[in-house]
Amino acid sequence: MKNALKKLGPLTGLVFVFALFSILRPEAFPTADNIQLMLLQTAVVGTAALGMTIVIISGGIDLSVGSVIALSTVVIALLMNAGASPLVAALGGVVIGAVCGSVIGALITQLRLAPFIVTLAMWGALRGAAKGLADEQIVLAPDSWLNRLLNVLTESQQWSLLPPGVWLMIVLALVVGGVLRYTKFGRHVFAVGSNEQTARLCGISVEKTKMGVYVLGSGFAALAGVLQFSYLTIGDPTTASGMELDVIAAVVIGGASLAGGEGKVFGSIVGALIMTVVANGSTKMELPNWVQEIVTGCIIILAVVLDRYRHRRTE
Amino acid sequence: MAQSPLTLEMRGIHKRFGATIALDGVDVRVQSGEVLALVGENGAGKSTLMKVLSGVVQPDAGNMLLNGKPFTPRHPHDARMAGVGMVYQELSLAQHLSVEENILLGMEPARMGFLNRPEMRRLAADAIAQLGRSDIRLDLRVGSLSIAECQLVEIARAVAVGCRVLVLDEPTSSLTVADSERFFELTHRLKKQGNAVIYISHVLEEVKQISDRFIVLRDGKSVGEGKTPSASTKQIISMMVGREVDDLYPRSKRKAGDVLLEVNNVAGDVKPVSASFELRRGEVLGIAGLIGAGRSELLRSIFGLDPVRRGEIRIGVYAGAASPVLRWTQGMGMVSEDRKNEGLAVSLSVSDNITLSRLDGFGPFGTVLPSRQDLATSTWVQRLNIKIQHLRQAVSSLSGGNQQKIALARLLHHDVDVFLLDEPTRGIDVGSKVEIYKLIDELATRGKAILMVSSYLPELLGICDRIAVMRRGELHSARPVADLDQHSVMSEATGSE
Repeated sequence: MKNALKKLGPLTGLVFVFALFSILRPEAFPTADNIQLMLLQTAVVGTAALGMTIVIISGGIDLSVGSVIALSTVVIALLMNAGASPLVAALGGVVIGAVCGSVIGALITQLRLAPFIVTLAMWGALRGAAKGLADEQIVLAPDSWLNRLLNVLTESQQWSLLPPGVWLMIVLALVVGGVLRYTKFGRHVFAVGSNEQTARLCGISVEKTKMGVYVLGSGFAALAGVLQFSYLTIGDPTTASGMELDVIAAVVIGGASLAGGEGKVFGSIVGALIMTVVANGSTKMELPNWVQEIVTGCIIILAVVLDRYRHRRTE
Repeated sequence: MAQSPLTLEMRGIHKRFGATIALDGVDVRVQSGEVLALVGENGAGKSTLMKVLSGVVQPDAGNMLLNGKPFTPRHPHDARMAGVGMVYQELSLAQHLSVEENILLGMEPARMGFLNRPEMRRLAADAIAQLGRSDIRLDLRVGSLSIAECQLVEIARAVAVGCRVLVLDEPTSSLTVADSERFFELTHRLKKQGNAVIYISHVLEEVKQISDRFIVLRDGKSVGEGKTPSASTKQIISMMVGREVDDLYPRSKRKAGDVLLEVNNVAGDVKPVSASFELRRGEVLGIAGLIGAGRSELLRSIFGLDPVRRGEIRIGVYAGAASPVLRWTQGMGMVSEDRKNEGLAVSLSVSDNITLSRLDGFGPFGTVLPSRQDLATSTWVQRLNIKIQHLRQAVSSLSGGNQQKIALARLLHHDVDVFLLDEPTRGIDVGSKVEIYKLIDELATRGKAILMVSSYLPELLGICDRIAVMRRGELHSARPVADLDQHSVMSEATGSE
């Protein structure tokens, strides 16, 4: 029973805020179209949160997510302008992300720098790189299917239930959840985050594990960049500014501990959904933006306090 | 120097946490000029009792009297101001502040918010002088002091506010032998000055040496007390575990086989300076020495956690230095001396901690299925008699003895041949100690090789086949235990032949 409560933590919160807005705005909020819209609005942050979950479980942090997303949109647009197919361009964006991740990983493991410092530096450097590549302006790109990953479904597409970008997030969430729970790499990530010294004692290669963690972290951020590109239909070096904090907030609301060793993919996605529901519901209530921002802040504090309370009860 | 007499009484203290009864009517009485030893296994209620005394937790029933007046601290600060000071095992000093600032932290003399520096200096110097250690400089940063000196500062802090009931919780657990001796003198001094000292320790030899009376706690009750000089160690242990203990150190017939580990003239970064030995199958080799002699560093170098600068290490057919990753595959495993910070990932489950080094074979295609992980773990939990609620419980919620068994179970799960054990029984209760001795004996009879570092000589003499002494980074040659006794090992370790 207590275990069930522990698992359901963030989900209970989501159900609560959803129910609250459904009662306050029964005609506009809980409609099929609006639910689809909220899932769309969650896809970018949710996808980046998958990578961030891995990073935070390993005891690290990644502040460069927003910059990687922007860089990814620019690279995709440039590749498409150079004649690459949409698929190749998207893959190119993801590869660039993975390369950024390996640089972050190398700096952390080889120079023994704190993840906060390394990714803070990358937050600035990669944003600069994106602006440089884009010549400090938006990069227009030819129209393709890549622009329709996050469109509201038309009549003839209803069979697929959800837009492809949302499906992508869901499938990847299942994969990452599985990897964390059912593979050696996943267990090693938890071990490194819980206690790095123990991991080393147990013969886990801490360096390799961390490299993997940051490659995945930035890789998922770049994938979120593909979705962001789809949403913008252009490459924009100034997009997703500050989004890293939304992503971290989603993971923390989802029950991960910034001290490492704890976190759930499902929780992170729910965390991202809670933030979208609050934003969308507040808009439907015609509340000004600043109210939403204050409410989101309160939710972060509440989520962590509740999480700690649950921990104390179950121990 | 003697002050007015003082008594502290705790009467019928009850405390319950949820379903568990931590204290079930405990009576303690201590008066000025005496050292009362509080002994008991982990989980017996010693720390809860001291938390009640210091106001960290409030008792459900029972009362406390200080000099006949009711004493009801709601907070450690209340207790301190009333004259009851705690010195915990984990020291709580501000590393970046000076000795003087630490001693007077929170009670700095000031005029209108401005520190009165001369007055501070005087108060701090007084407190340090009372402890007979005026040689400690007051302007040094606490971060640059040794552990023994930090402890002194901590006690000075209690003395400076006028605490006359001093609770010392496992004070010697991280001290060297020489520092421990000095600490005993200090305790004696505090007693002579008319303070009441409550001394908590696992080391019964220490209790015998230092205390006037003792109280044994078991399952939240006081189960025995008496004058220390008239009780034997064996009697106290029996009270602690609640049964007769006859064979503390089991030793079956062992047969030494082939050489499994050969260490030749190995040197590390600073320590060890040089170490050579052979370890055979079916043998328990002990390494004795003072803290800081380089014993842990030797184990860490062999296991690949610390660098090897010189010399040769050979494990079976493998030669050369290697990383821990390779050592595990070569059939070697290590239990760390620092259970909480290195030995275990305490926020992870029992299953994860036991299986972490070898997650293979728990599912198809290299996957790790939690159900199979739990299945493998449950065998070890049963075999080692580890007391847990369920396999997915975080290790942090277990007692030290059970945690240590989990750290050992990892090596059993990995099925290693060479066991490197660094202080395998430090800080755990007597019952678990005996079980670990039995396990080591059983492993040796089954042909495993065990290399064990310990600061507790009786256990080394009790369970090892041979003992080598390490001194200032040099490992002396190993000798059979039959040729050794506590005195000869100690004089070799200190170099006072």
